[in-house]
Amino acid sequence: MRIEPLGDSALIVRVVDDFARDPEASLNAVLGALRSLESAAIPGVTELAPAYATVGVFFDPARIESFDVLKKTIGNILNASSVEGESKVEAPLHEISVCYDREFAPDLADVARAAGLTEAEVIRRHSGAAYRVNCVGFIAGFPFMSGLPSELATPRRAVPRKEVPAGSVGIGGVQTGIYPRNSPGGWNLIGRTPMRLFDVRHDPPTILQAGDRVRFREISREEFDAFSQ
Amino acid sequence: MRVFVRSAGFLASVQDLGRTGYRQSGISIGGALDSHALRVANALVGNEDSVAGLEATLGNLRLRFDDPRVVAWCGGAFVVTIGGENLPPGHAGLVAKDEELVMTAPQAGSRAWLAISGGIDVPLVLGSRSTDLRGNFGGHEGRALRDGDRLPLGESSVLPGRAIKMFGSRRIAEWTAPSAWVTTAARDRFLRIIQGPEWARFTAEAQSAFVAAPFTVTMDSDRRGARLDGPDLRRLDPRDLLSEAVTPGTLQVPPNGKPILLLGDCQTIGGYPKIAHVITVDLPIAAQLWPGDIVRFHEVSLAEAQELLRERESDFARFRVGLSLQLS
Repeated sequence: MRIEPLGDSALIVRVVDDFARDPEASLNAVLGALRSLESAAIPGVTELAPAYATVGVFFDPARIESFDVLKKTIGNILNASSVEGESKVEAPLHEISVCYDREFAPDLADVARAAGLTEAEVIRRHSGAAYRVNCVGFIAGFPFMSGLPSELATPRRAVPRKEVPAGSVGIGGVQTGIYPRNSPGGWNLIGRTPMRLFDVRHDPPTILQAGDRVRFREISREEFDAFSQ
Repeated sequence: MRVFVRSAGFLASVQDLGRTGYRQSGISIGGALDSHALRVANALVGNEDSVAGLEATLGNLRLRFDDPRVVAWCGGAFVVTIGGENLPPGHAGLVAKDEELVMTAPQAGSRAWLAISGGIDVPLVLGSRSTDLRGNFGGHEGRALRDGDRLPLGESSVLPGRAIKMFGSRRIAEWTAPSAWVTTAARDRFLRIIQGPEWARFTAEAQSAFVAAPFTVTMDSDRRGARLDGPDLRRLDPRDLLSEAVTPGTLQVPPNGKPILLLGDCQTIGGYPKIAHVITVDLPIAAQLWPGDIVRFHEVSLAEAQELLRERESDFARFRVGLSLQLS
């Protein structure tokens, strides 16, 4: 574990060194660190932001003694919690309905071609895998998920689309994700969920949080249309 | 009790100190790009720090008030008049009912923050009244202001009769805030930086060019960030990183070698190496950057950056105490 400044009002806790080697264990370690820091409620710390192998810690410099003292405090909290062992991390499982209808899947053919599979087989494998949210971010409510079967990994499109419809399910490199709202985007679109995953009237506004487990359930166009009404 | 937006100018939006606590959902802090300027303006009109005001871009703002209000502004080199009278930056002034506040285009800088006694009373969304222009929520209908908008105002914290007594016949208060807080547009823009986590991943040439060479702000800059053109900042290692937290002030460098200075509406995570961070007390200068501006970087230590911020905070606390004596 390393702790490095991120400007004068934040720092980054590097919880694991090699995330890709074992994303499952890495996410557990990062979530464990996040929970320990949350429950420690360190005075002056205003916000925590997990992402992949790290936890971002934001603080008010006027309310901390010094960077070194804060670093030491965080180090002590995390060392103490790791002594307790890799405590079981609660990770809720969400089932997300996805319709892989041709209209919602303009890049399904490209993904299938690159994988050397039929489109039906891509859908079967994508909806059959178990996923985990690595982090939510970049734009509000976008979940980046690991667990994509490696044969489905597809580089992002060379030219991003100007507008991707809300609910679009895409593949970007080795990850899968869901566009929470209409936005520009370069991921390969293979389906769409009728579920609303981001809503600022709710707190938290996102259904999916870093560390959560996700399964996709294939639904028909009729089910999608019925859900959307 | 509303303010009528006769002209919104290039880009005006309702902003407060931003939305804290939702980075886990991918929501950036947003808020006034120069949150200190908004706090100073709020203090001058008797508002709490976190009350919502307006962020104007390139001026051309015209407002008309339903009832008398005390107003104050800070930021770039604009000319502001209330009822035809000049309102210098960092001064409280009284606008009468049906009078206009007019802000011209700036001589230097790009943005200004206007506080109105009582504040702009749009609904709280996730704990803030800031407009999230990327996510289209918060503020006034989740969007930038348009000509003809009417914004609700809160109960004024300074009574007009009292303000007239305090401000005298000019209707403009004598007292002001430190000039460095109220006028943040500068001809020579030096931004103090501390090294970023990936400083060592840049070549020695890139490191020395970064703190020696001038950079020019390019066209594709906005509230998310200022894109800079200058010497190529080459990395020793072409790989990007696993995405991790970024924050306003972060200077990240994409593979093209041209740094991006992130501002309030930046994304929450990023995978480009971070060569440096602009220190918090210099973010007000960064918030004035506009395409064509030239900026240079000067390195300081982390301890220095934090000490400067602590000093500013204690100065601000004293300033508030002084004002409360004037306003009470």
